Amino acid sequence: MSAAPEWKNPVVKWIDHRLPVFTFTHHSLIDYPTPRNLNYWWNFGSLAGVVLVILIGTGLFLAMHYNPSVDHAFDSVERIMRDVNYGWLMRYMHANGASMFFLVVYIHMFRALYYGSYRAPREVLWFIGLFIFLAMMATAFVGYTLPWGQMSFWGATVITNLFSVVPFFGDAIVQWLLGGFAVDNPTLNRFFAFHFLLPFVIFGLVFLHLWALHVHKSNNPLGVDIKTDGDTIPFHPYYTAKDAFGLGVFLIFYFAFAFFAPNYLGHPDNYIPANALVTPPEIVPEWYFLPFYAILRAVPDNFIDIWGILPILVTAKTAGVILMFASIIVLFFLPWLDRSPVRSAKFRPIYKQLYWLFLADCIVLGWVGANPPEGTMLVIGRIATLYYFVHLLVFMPLLSRYEKTRPLPDSISAAVTPQGSSQSAQAQGA
Amino acid sequence: MIRTFKRIAVAAALLAAFSVSDVSTSRAASKATPPPPQDWSFSGVFGTFDRAQLQRGYLVYREVCAACHSMKQVYFRHLVDIGLSENAIKAIAAEFEVAGEPDEDGEPTERPARLFDRLPSPYANDNEARSANNGALPPDLSLIAKSRVGGADYIHALLTGYLEKAPAGVTMGEGMNYNTYFAANQIAMAPPLAEDGVEYEDGTKASVDQQARDVAAFMTWAAEPEMEERKRMGIKVLLFLIILTAMLYAVKRRVWSDLH
Amino acid sequence: MADTSTTTAEGHEHEEDRRDFLLTSTIVVGAAGVALAAWPFIDFMNPSADVLALASLEFDLSSMEPGQAVTVTWRNKPVFIRRRTAAEIDEAKKVPLSDLKDPQADADRVKEGKDEWLVMIGICTHLGCIPAGQKVTDSKGEFGGWFCPCHGSHYDTSGRIRKGPAPRNLEIPPYAFTNDTTVRIG
Repeated sequence: MSAAPEWKNPVVKWIDHRLPVFTFTHHSLIDYPTPRNLNYWWNFGSLAGVVLVILIGTGLFLAMHYNPSVDHAFDSVERIMRDVNYGWLMRYMHANGASMFFLVVYIHMFRALYYGSYRAPREVLWFIGLFIFLAMMATAFVGYTLPWGQMSFWGATVITNLFSVVPFFGDAIVQWLLGGFAVDNPTLNRFFAFHFLLPFVIFGLVFLHLWALHVHKSNNPLGVDIKTDGDTIPFHPYYTAKDAFGLGVFLIFYFAFAFFAPNYLGHPDNYIPANALVTPPEIVPEWYFLPFYAILRAVPDNFIDIWGILPILVTAKTAGVILMFASIIVLFFLPWLDRSPVRSAKFRPIYKQLYWLFLADCIVLGWVGANPPEGTMLVIGRIATLYYFVHLLVFMPLLSRYEKTRPLPDSISAAVTPQGSSQSAQAQGA
Repeated sequence: MIRTFKRIAVAAALLAAFSVSDVSTSRAASKATPPPPQDWSFSGVFGTFDRAQLQRGYLVYREVCAACHSMKQVYFRHLVDIGLSENAIKAIAAEFEVAGEPDEDGEPTERPARLFDRLPSPYANDNEARSANNGALPPDLSLIAKSRVGGADYIHALLTGYLEKAPAGVTMGEGMNYNTYFAANQIAMAPPLAEDGVEYEDGTKASVDQQARDVAAFMTWAAEPEMEERKRMGIKVLLFLIILTAMLYAVKRRVWSDLH
Repeated sequence: MADTSTTTAEGHEHEEDRRDFLLTSTIVVGAAGVALAAWPFIDFMNPSADVLALASLEFDLSSMEPGQAVTVTWRNKPVFIRRRTAAEIDEAKKVPLSDLKDPQADADRVKEGKDEWLVMIGICTHLGCIPAGQKVTDSKGEFGGWFCPCHGSHYDTSGRIRKGPAPRNLEIPPYAFTNDTTVRIG
C-alpha cells in the first residue's frame, strides 16, 4: 500500500523523477493510511481547509474593488454590494465564511478535546492548531474593521486599547499599533495590509499542521494507536468520499446563511458609517469572540483590593486582559495538564461528563458576552470564567490521576471489525 | 448522568443561538416597544418586491423624507429597478440641480442631475444638517432597513408610532416628540406623515399607515437592492447542492460498503 | 478516475458498472457546479454598473452655431464635435477618394441627413497627440480641418488624414441622435 507508485504517463514520470510532487500527493492523499473508525467529527479538519480556500478566493476578489481609506471604505463596500457584478455574493460569502470558519474550527477543537487528540505524540500538531486559531482571530479582527461601520471602528478602538494595560509602554504601544492617537486612516491601511497577509500565514501553518499530522497519523475515536495494517484504510477513496459528502452537507448550511440570512450573524450597527464622535449603545464583537469577551469583562473592580495585591499595577482592566489571553495560553499546556493513561473520553466516565459541562460553560460564556455586564449576567459570567480555568487547571490534572478508566480495546480493528479481532490476536501472538 | 450533561450543553447552545439574535433587540429597545411584525411582499424565501409599492414609497421619500434625509448610496440609475422607465427617471433627475464641473474661470457651476448621479442630499454637510434640525442629525436612509433591528417593521412602526401627548409622568426634552417605538421614546423628528400628505398616481388612498408601509418597503429595497436576485440564485444553488449531496451520500455508502 | 475504480472495486466486479455510473455522474455534476461557480468570479472583474453608467454620454447640440466646435470627454478621451458650415461640407464631399491615404467617403463619416455634425475621437492616429483645430484661434492645417502639432499631420474638414505621418483618419466613436438636438455617444 505504501510502495511508490509506478507512473505510466511519461511527462508525469519525468517530472516526478526530478520533483516528486506526484508521489508526494499519492502518499498524502491517496494511499495515506487512515484509521478505519473515524466518525463524522473528523470531517471538520478538511471542511476548515475548504472554507479557508473560499475565504482567500472571495477575499482576493473583494480586494479588487475595496478602497482602504476612511473616506471611501464604507462607500466602496456599498458599491461592491450594489454596482459590482455579483459583488453582494462575494461579500456575503466572505462575511458568512468567516463565521463558518470559526464554527468549523471550534467543532474541530472540541473534537480534539473529547478524543484527546492533543496528547503525545501530537503536541506539536496541537500547538500549530492553536497558532492557526490565534492567526484566525487576528485576521478576523482586522478584517472586521475594513467595512468601516460603527462596530468596525469601535471594535478596533476597544481591542487596540487593551494593549494600554502593558505597564510603562502601554500608551506608546497603542499609538504604534494605530499609527496615530485614535483609529484612523493609517490604522485602516495597515489593518487592510495585515488582513491580506495573515490568511497566507494561516495557509502556511495549515501546511505544517498537515505535515505534523502525517507523521503520527490521525487520532481516532478509540484513542488507541495504529498497530497493524488492518487498523487503517487508504485515505482515497474512503475518506475522500466521506469528506466530499460532509462538504456537501456543510455547504448547504453555509449557503443557506449566505443567501437567505446574510446579516443574521452580523450586527446592524455596522451598516452605519463609522463616526468617531458617537459610540454605539453597546459594543459587541462577532459571535465567535463572545466567550473571550465575557472573560475580559468578568473581573470585578474590587477584586484586586480584596486580594490586597498592588492595585496600582494590576487594575481590574489589566486582570481582565490577562485572563483573556490566559484562557488561550492555558490551552498550550493541555498535553501536560492531562496525563491520563487513556486519550479518548469514551473510556473516561468522569471526564466525559465534565467535558460536556465544559462545553456548556463555553457556550454560557458566549451568551454572557453578548449581554451587557450587569446584575445576574455579571455573576454568571464570573462563575463561568472560574469554571473555565478550574476545569483546565484543576480537574484535568486531578482526573488524570484519580479517574478509573475503562479497559481499552487491543486495537482499532479488534474493536470495529469481526475479522479484525482474529487478525490482531494473530499479530499479538506473533 | 452523561445524558444530562449532554442535554445541558445542547440546551445552552440553543439558548445562546437564540439569545445572540435577541440581544441587540432587547438592548436597542431598552424602553421602546418592539415593532409589531407586518406582512411584507418581500418576506420569506420566495418573497419579491411589489414594484407599485416601491414607486409609491419613493414618492413618499421624495416629497416628505428627502426634505431632511439623504439617501447617498442610491443613484438615479438604480431606480430602473423599482419599475420606473429611464425617461421618467431622467425627468425626475432633471428637477434637481447638482454641482457640475468648474467653468473655464474655475467658478463652481450647477447642472441638472443625470442618471449617474446620487440622489441629492438636502444638506451640504453634517454640520448644516445639524444646525437646521435643532442639533439632531437626520440619518442617511440608504441602509436604514439594515442598520435598525426590525428593518421594515421598525420603520413602519416608528412612522406610525407617534403619540400627540406624552403619557403622564414622562418629561419630554425641548423640541422632542413622543414615539412608542423609538429608543427611550423621545425622538427629535416631528411626525413626518400626514393623512393624504402625498397624492399617489395609482389612486391608492394615502393614509398615514399606507405611506409608512410604502416608504418602509422602499427603504428595504434601497438597503438590499440585490434581495430578489439573491433569493432566486439561492434557491437554485441550494437545490443543486441538495441533489449533489444526495449523490455524494450514495457514492460514500457504496465506497464504504466493502468495509462494513 | 480510472485509479478510483481499480482501487475500490476489488472483488466486486458485478457492482463495478453501477458504481462507475454513479461515480461518473456525481463527478460530472460536481464539476459542473465548480464550473458554474467560476462565473461570478469572472463577471466580478467586468466593468461594474457605475462604470457602465458613465460609459455613454449625452450632449445637447442646440446651442451650437455653424462653424463652432466643442470638445467633450467620453471614457477619458476627447471627443470633437463640430457643426460644419455648408462650405466645409462641400469641400469634404468634393475630394476624390483616390486623393486619400485612408479612402473613406464623407457620407460614411456622418449620420445620414445629419451632414452638419461631425463627431470624432480627437486623438491623432499617429502617436496619440490631440490635434489642434477646435478653437477659432487654432491652426486648422492645410485642409481646413485639424492639424496635429506633434509630427505635422493634416486632417481635412471630414477629419480624414491628408498629409503627414498619421496612417488613418480620425476615429468615429459609436454615437446616435436620440432626438434632433441630442447626441448620445457610446
